[in-house]
Amino acid sequence: MFEPVVRVKELTKVFKSLKAVDSVSFSIFPGEILGLLGPNGAGKTTIIHMLIGLTTPTSGDIQVFGLDLRKRRKEIVQDVNFSSSYVSMPNSLSVKESLKVFARLYKTKNREKKIQELLEAFEIAGIEDKLVRNLSSGQQTRLNLAKALINDPKVLFLDEPTASLDPDIADKTRTLLKSIKKDRNISILYTSHNMKEMEEMSDRIIFLHKGQIIAEGQPREVIRSFGRANLEEVFLKVAREEEI
Amino acid sequence: MRFHRIAALFMRHMYLYRRSLPRLMEVVYWPLLDLLVWGFITVYLAQYRQNLPGFVTFFIGALILWDILFRSHQGISVSFLEDVWAKNLLNLFASPLSPAEYIFALMLVSMVKLVTVATIMAVLAWIIYSFNIFLLGVSLVPFVLNLIVMGWTIGIITTALILRFGQEAEVLAWALGFLFMPVSAVFYPVSVLPRFLQTIAHYVPASHVFEGMRGVISSGVFPLSQLMWSSGLNAIYIMAAFLFFRWNFNVVKRKGLLVRIGE
Repeated sequence: MFEPVVRVKELTKVFKSLKAVDSVSFSIFPGEILGLLGPNGAGKTTIIHMLIGLTTPTSGDIQVFGLDLRKRRKEIVQDVNFSSSYVSMPNSLSVKESLKVFARLYKTKNREKKIQELLEAFEIAGIEDKLVRNLSSGQQTRLNLAKALINDPKVLFLDEPTASLDPDIADKTRTLLKSIKKDRNISILYTSHNMKEMEEMSDRIIFLHKGQIIAEGQPREVIRSFGRANLEEVFLKVAREEEI
Repeated sequence: MRFHRIAALFMRHMYLYRRSLPRLMEVVYWPLLDLLVWGFITVYLAQYRQNLPGFVTFFIGALILWDILFRSHQGISVSFLEDVWAKNLLNLFASPLSPAEYIFALMLVSMVKLVTVATIMAVLAWIIYSFNIFLLGVSLVPFVLNLIVMGWTIGIITTALILRFGQEAEVLAWALGFLFMPVSAVFYPVSVLPRFLQTIAHYVPASHVFEGMRGVISSGVFPLSQLMWSSGLNAIYIMAAFLFFRWNFNVVKRKGLLVRIGE
């Protein structure tokens, strides 16, 4: 068995009187896509933000590559990246300029070559001089993903990467992510409200409800354990707070 | 034209003022500052109109120097807002970028902006009013440096407050610098101010710069003691601003506010 690249132990986040994440423990293994799902307010995004150091946990431990995130964050995030459909690239810069900024931030080697490679891989080479604010949502998503790979990360946190995309672009994005995972052996933590997408993408899923893990395993195992036909039905059962 | 639609929009804006302290303060803030600054200028002119040597020189010099402070402040706070408006802040802080590195980068941005602005203003003042800013001589360099540092200090504090209080505090990016204008004695000497404001002005670095500038223009004497005061205060304040920013950044991460302002 491989050592996990991310190990989370009893992670808790309390905002005033709200326990957003309640003693959550899990691991992510090399080359694995771990799906994090649950209704709105389940704690998915808060977990991702804590894993990348944007929100400080109330208690619990996060280890990435065997290093303590609290003490070694700078080293860790050099090999980690993040993309969210709710976070944008600088909208007054061109596609290429914004990638250049992030290539410098991560001290990417052979910057020009790397950027060109990503522009081509994400089929945005033809629009590299276009301003970010003039891109379509599909193009913006691809740019966000290109930025997320600028430092050749070993771990990628993706918060609803296909939200607001039409089915065609969403499908292309999923195909792209699967090929990235296969080619680069990246570990991915993935959140989405699209249950079909989660079934298709995830090697393993974690089902969260009110900040707690209520189910964990391969998608088929979780569906079976709830006695349902698919993840969509499991989600509806949990969201409507039937007996768990 | 229908009144109910006008009323609906009127209500939409009134709702904002009802629950937003910064917006409510803005209503009284600018008139109060205008009243203070122009009131003290009037007092100054009335008291010294008989023997005001080259007051045009004073005013234009003061205006250029004040603009340096204001641009230095805005160079930090407005550049930070650009990242907030672009929803790019989380991408930046998800990278190895540290808060201190972020602030230093904004300081550089502000430096470039204000060199450009100061050059344009100095050239225009020379062409239009035959005013030569370099008549301040060698003291110009430490004057300008002190104003830049004070602008940075205000910019860092503004940025920290916007991080903490969100969009409602954005108005500070333009307003906070002006708060110091009446006690910076930009267009009139500190002696014009009432006693309690004189005490406050004594602890404002810019007041020493502007007093020094008037001293150089009127007597040609290098204002060493004013520069020492200004530099000493600036050194303390900018250190305090950095510490405040760092402490506040940790609070913001603990409360989950960085994410809220970044999305």
